[in-house]
Amino acid sequence: MNEPVDVLIIGAGASGAAVAWSLADTRMRILCLEQGDWTRPSDVPSTGRDWEARTLEDFAISPNRRGLAADYPVNDDDSPIKIANYNGVGGGTVFYAAHFPRLHPSDFRVRSLDGVADDWPISYETLEPFYALNDRMMGVSSLAGDPAYPPKPSIMPPIPLGRTGEKLGAALNGLGWHWWPSDAAIATEAYEGRAPCINLGQCGSGCAQGAKGSTDVTYWPEALRARVELRTRCRVSRIETNQAGMATGVHYFDAHGTERFQPAEIVILASNGIGTPRLLLNSASDRFPDGLANSSGLVGKNLMLHPYAQIRGHFDEPLDGYRGPPICTWSMEFYETDRTRDFVRGYCFQFSRGLGPARAAINGMADGLIPWGQGHHEAFRRLFNHSAGMVSVCEDLPEETNCVTLDPGLRDSDGIPAAKIRYRLSENSRRMLDHSVARGIDILKAAGARDITSKAPLSYAGWHLMGTARMGRDPERSVVNEWGRSHDVKNLFIVDGSVFVTSGGVNPTSTIQAFALYVADQIKSRIYDLFE
Amino acid sequence: MTTAEPGPVDFSDLERETLRCVLRHMIPASAELGVPGADDPLIFADILRSIQRDRWRVGDALRVIDALCGGGLAGLADSDQEKCLSEFRALHPGLSGILESAAARCYYRDDRVMASIGMEARPPFPLGYQVDQGDWSLLDPVRARGRIYRDAS
Ligand SMILES: Cc1cc2nc3c(=O)[nH]c(=O)nc-3n(C[C@H](O)[C@H](O)[C@H](O)COP(=O)(O)OP(=O)(O)OC[C@H]3O[C@@H](n4cnc5c(N)ncnc54)[C@H](O)[C@@H]3O)c2cc1C
Ligand code: SF4
Repeated sequence: MNEPVDVLIIGAGASGAAVAWSLADTRMRILCLEQGDWTRPSDVPSTGRDWEARTLEDFAISPNRRGLAADYPVNDDDSPIKIANYNGVGGGTVFYAAHFPRLHPSDFRVRSLDGVADDWPISYETLEPFYALNDRMMGVSSLAGDPAYPPKPSIMPPIPLGRTGEKLGAALNGLGWHWWPSDAAIATEAYEGRAPCINLGQCGSGCAQGAKGSTDVTYWPEALRARVELRTRCRVSRIETNQAGMATGVHYFDAHGTERFQPAEIVILASNGIGTPRLLLNSASDRFPDGLANSSGLVGKNLMLHPYAQIRGHFDEPLDGYRGPPICTWSMEFYETDRTRDFVRGYCFQFSRGLGPARAAINGMADGLIPWGQGHHEAFRRLFNHSAGMVSVCEDLPEETNCVTLDPGLRDSDGIPAAKIRYRLSENSRRMLDHSVARGIDILKAAGARDITSKAPLSYAGWHLMGTARMGRDPERSVVNEWGRSHDVKNLFIVDGSVFVTSGGVNPTSTIQAFALYVADQIKSRIYDLFE
Repeated sequence: MTTAEPGPVDFSDLERETLRCVLRHMIPASAELGVPGADDPLIFADILRSIQRDRWRVGDALRVIDALCGGGLAGLADSDQEKCLSEFRALHPGLSGILESAAARCYYRDDRVMASIGMEARPPFPLGYQVDQGDWSLLDPVRARGRIYRDAS
């Protein structure tokens, strides 16, 4: 048996890193178990001539396609939106685009304001100091004064508008619609030992420059310096409990495939909206026959993925192409509920630059814009470096039928049951997607685009994993309380995207991390009566 | 190339012949632009080396193509090959996407092709690229319109 620790964190991604760093100043013995490994900057695709191909191969966003030792399979056959993740130190932040919006104040009051879903048990104001702290830790570049948000400070100058931002910004001005440079967890100047962005354009498969704020280069170096232990290639299979119903530690497979037990006083789950319910369900026992922390029956339920639409067009003049962070600007014009529309809640637009040549060709052929045969070359040259567009990030309302369960047959390489997803688009989401496609086309037409294409929902875009262990004050309607502690198991905490009550219509990571910092703060301030 | 370690891919002679023929029809050489086709020996070898994650679906696609043309695609006259392939693409867009992706991933990293589309034959790192800052005064109308978020209290 291993030496006991005070705090055991499962998962070294966005939230695991933040909670580990914050708790480090307690001087407790903190250990994080992570199934993947460190990603060396020299190994990421942008360092080689096969940079684009590898984003569809060993750096593919689907764990099923990558199929590496760190990955566990996810059965997503019963979902129109397929799961994307990264399993390693940094978790999803190694692959994320670093688009870093916060939720809006209204997102925490969905039931009160719009009569749907549930309010969060915390508010924007609760998280505000932790958003600010997280922005500093991750290194966020932004422009202060966005009228879509309460005031928030700017740490570094925003990422460049480039020709794409100018073109689309001018069109949005013509329509009278909101837009603003995106908050980006990308260093635009040297920051805390990180080099500035040099516009490699490959944020989606790891940043060789170290400019992108993934937690392997932000929180983890600080946490390790503060003596947190991070054990990689260790995959947790089950959380163990005692007769008092308290967690006693976890069983895991180490790098050699040997099963071990790690005792701990406190267990913190940070394994994301799929990994966390998978572990809780796989930790079923005589005491907890429906899975651990599941007296509400809501573990794995209410999976929210953010349906995306993608709308892209082509322009006569060359734009930024594959250069620069793929993200650029955002629009919150259609974010808040508007009763004149046929759906509730809303979405943000995330505007994006162009594609590398291989992707331009693949998409062009799939969209019927590039023919086979002699016409290929001319058509390719009309599209390549001439494209721009956007995705809409649509708020996904919680529905218990959208869920994560354990697959009865599929297992990972350690024999642990894989997660199985069942997900349907709601009518509200469909209408929202349609609305966003129509408005996206309006924007591209106003900008003078030709050859406009759209896809809704974007099938490969299941990268925001939320809601599967929701927080709330009522133990019958939630899995954890308002500071992340399980209602059933008093020394078990959850800090990842599973706790989201609703999804908002923006990318979730800044909120996931702000919540993780908030939970750490609560643990520290309640340390003497933490389990009461 | 970087650390992507291609595994061995065991294509039969017939599969190779059909695949090469498909590639020639998909992206043919252009003397005018001075670019090879996707069936160029170097590019074809790169494709074969890099295809392992799609090995079985590529095999499926090639079998479907050969079945559609009643034997081997490569044995047909050029115009019949074209007819057969357009039928394949109409009937099997998913499989055709697999072939297109496998071809484009290798074609668009060949030095000759890169040069012809104005790209330097180098990885993005460490030199990076230049992107214009853009005109920030474009935001003046957005500022002038004022606050658009809802109160939540
Ligand atoms: C391609 C892509 C683009 C994205 N773009 C954006 C974006 O622009 N903006 C944004 O806000 N978000 C984006 N995201 C989402 C973002 O990555 C996630 O929201 C965020 O990483 C979630 O944080 P987390 O802590 O909940 O989980 P993760 O970061 O996923 O971390 C979970 C960690 O737990 C580990 N783990 C799981 N199970 C076990 C186990 N049993 N034992 C040991 N370890 C385990 C995993 O290996 C992983 O490292 C993107 C994601 C992807 C994949
Ligand atoms: S664009 Fe900037 S942040 Fe993104 S990968 Fe390149 S250097 Fe890193």
